[in-house]
Amino acid sequence: MTVDTKLPYEKDYVSKFSDERNEPEWMKSLRLQALELADSLPMPTPDKTNITKWNFSQFKHKAEGQVIKSLDELPDDIKVFIDMENHDKNLVIQRNQSIAYKSLSSELEKKGVILTDITTALHEHSDLVQRYYMKDAVAIDENRLSALHTALMNGGVFVYVPKGVVIEEPLQSIFWQEDNEVATFNHVIVVAEENSSLTYVENYISHNQDQQAVANIVTEVIAHDNASISYGAVDNFAKGTTVYVNRRGVAYRNATIDWALGQMNDGHTASENITHLIGDDSTSHAKTVTVGRGHQIQNFTAKIVHFGLASEGYILQHGVMKESASSVFNGIGKIEHGASKSNAEQESRVLMLSKDARGDANPILLIDEDDVTAGHAASVGRVDPIQMYYLMSRGISKTEAERLIIHGFLAPVVKEIPIKAVREQLTQVIEGKVY
Amino acid sequence: MAGSILEIKDLHVAIEDQEILKGVNLTIKGGEFHAVMGPNGTGKSTLASAIMGHPKYEVTKGSVLLDGEDVLEMEVDERAQAGLFLAMQYPSEISGVTTSDFLRSSINAHREEGDEISLMKFIKEMDAAMDYLDMDKNMAQRYLNEGFSGGEKKRNEILQLMMIKPAIGILDEIDSGLDIDALKVVSKGINKLRSESFGCLMITHYQRLLDYITPDYVHVMMQGRVVKSGGPELAQRLEAEGYDWIKQELGIEEETVGQKA
Ligand SMILES: Nc1ncnc2c1ncn2[C@@H]1O[C@H](COP(=O)(O)OP(=O)(O)O)[C@@H](O)[C@H]1O
Ligand SMILES: [Mg+2]
Repeated sequence: MTVDTKLPYEKDYVSKFSDERNEPEWMKSLRLQALELADSLPMPTPDKTNITKWNFSQFKHKAEGQVIKSLDELPDDIKVFIDMENHDKNLVIQRNQSIAYKSLSSELEKKGVILTDITTALHEHSDLVQRYYMKDAVAIDENRLSALHTALMNGGVFVYVPKGVVIEEPLQSIFWQEDNEVATFNHVIVVAEENSSLTYVENYISHNQDQQAVANIVTEVIAHDNASISYGAVDNFAKGTTVYVNRRGVAYRNATIDWALGQMNDGHTASENITHLIGDDSTSHAKTVTVGRGHQIQNFTAKIVHFGLASEGYILQHGVMKESASSVFNGIGKIEHGASKSNAEQESRVLMLSKDARGDANPILLIDEDDVTAGHAASVGRVDPIQMYYLMSRGISKTEAERLIIHGFLAPVVKEIPIKAVREQLTQVIEGKVY
Repeated sequence: MAGSILEIKDLHVAIEDQEILKGVNLTIKGGEFHAVMGPNGTGKSTLASAIMGHPKYEVTKGSVLLDGEDVLEMEVDERAQAGLFLAMQYPSEISGVTTSDFLRSSINAHREEGDEISLMKFIKEMDAAMDYLDMDKNMAQRYLNEGFSGGEKKRNEILQLMMIKPAIGILDEIDSGLDIDALKVVSKGINKLRSESFGCLMITHYQRLLDYITPDYVHVMMQGRVVKSGGPELAQRLEAEGYDWIKQELGIEEETVGQKA
């Protein structure tokens, strides 16, 4: 192995960390088991990107954050993600590893909806968390990073929507890595019971430029029969953070999981977004946008695996690459034997803004069944000079014309982000990254 | 202020090293409507594109001046800001950019920084212009020209013309693909701009458009040159007799630019 095999944290540390948080016994033993496994497991191997030299071992594991009494105390760059006008918000703000703010409308609370930080969930809903934690979606022994995540998990939220509860207003998390060196080992679980529906949006924010940190995130999203989950995210870790983010969905019969991911990190990033369409007639749209800049290396793998009959999976990846950034987009549709009448479509498009940037779009279709439909499309190109000419012939400057074309190119995903404030913020982040 | 003057002098233009325009001379003043007619392939779009600065067209000789300023030295956006507008024969489709956002950017590009048009005023003006052109209001929220029919694209070009109000408008085959009702509406929009401060160059190969917009001058292009100029009566004669008599008069056999220069 090419990485230093020495684990950053030892058994005693992990055990003590769990005790300090008063975790249930099952959690502590799961952590210790994972720690042992981590030693021998290989690193994940995202297709066409070598991540073995990336920093996944240098970080600080613990940092508290202050509680706030009111949202007004938040700095402006956090406030922008929040719909400040709405006073009945469903919101969790995590500041380093502490929960700075938490609110859930009393109406939803009465219906049995849970929106809380993972530590509180482990205290108050231990069995429920145990039922889903690293069970149906991600396994602890998939690779070294999934095991390390389990051993060192230090934040996250737990969302649970009971049977038949339909939530119109979005549930939101803000993960604010305020300390410049602390690692984000966040674990997010979203469960929608039968016939329920919800919209969840999360934001990751950090500001570390030169200080090194790590984000090793696992998200498990479970949609039971006839449930529907719309999942939006804007990842905005600063340059110093190396990111491994694993967002996984499991959809049962006639369930829907739709992803809209704005992956705007400034550091090296390996992102895996996999959805298993287990049930018949289940559906998933996996949409992602990214802007790469500087010397950033990124790998985005979106994969939808069809097990259920007549299941439908649509992958759409749009990326803009500038400077010397380099990104690989793998859009994989896999139809298992027996998943007849399924439809799998993958589309990956990359817009290159400089000659040194690199983009690789790979739509991949793996079919083990005859009676299916499928399609894929890919393109890697530059801004069309004839489109530029058209816009500029109306007096629009070159910079502004390019700006319009880029925002237009990213629009199909940006417009899917559920909360207006977050959508606008994503547009701002894109603006900031491109210019 | 009196209108602008666009002077095209001995203009030679090449595409991919093949000479297309071989010395075009034309002067258009504010208040004047000029029609450039000619069969397909005679260099009409090349003339329009070269004036606007299309990246594929290379000016090899001659000059284009707008109020004495050298247009050929300007970037495309500067040409527009100086007062030129080209309604294109084939407008680009731009995904993800709404027609309304594009229009607002265009209008603001013609205004000073800090003096941008207010959203309210913009919407009011756009609605009025769309009503005038009988356009479906939903079009403003659709992506620019994406999935527009031929007629919708033409109306959209005239909508831009009406809102930008340039000093000189060049309209390349604005009538092609329009049914008679659409042609009337589009003509109405163009006629509304008639004033001392607006000069217009209409490119067409049908007389039809000129039934609705009466030109002051008519020019015929063949082989990459203006071969004949006259008044509105020239267009009528072309309508009645076609182009053959001009070819005979000039001893031209093949009117197009030709494969070999
Ligand atoms: N993009 C191009 N590449 C090569 N030749 C072109 C291109 N556009 C036009 N031409 C040639 O230039 C000549 C004049 O074309 P154009 O100006 O479009 O004519 P018109 O508008 O009068 O129909 C034609 O012979 C055409 O084949
Ligand atoms: Mg033409």
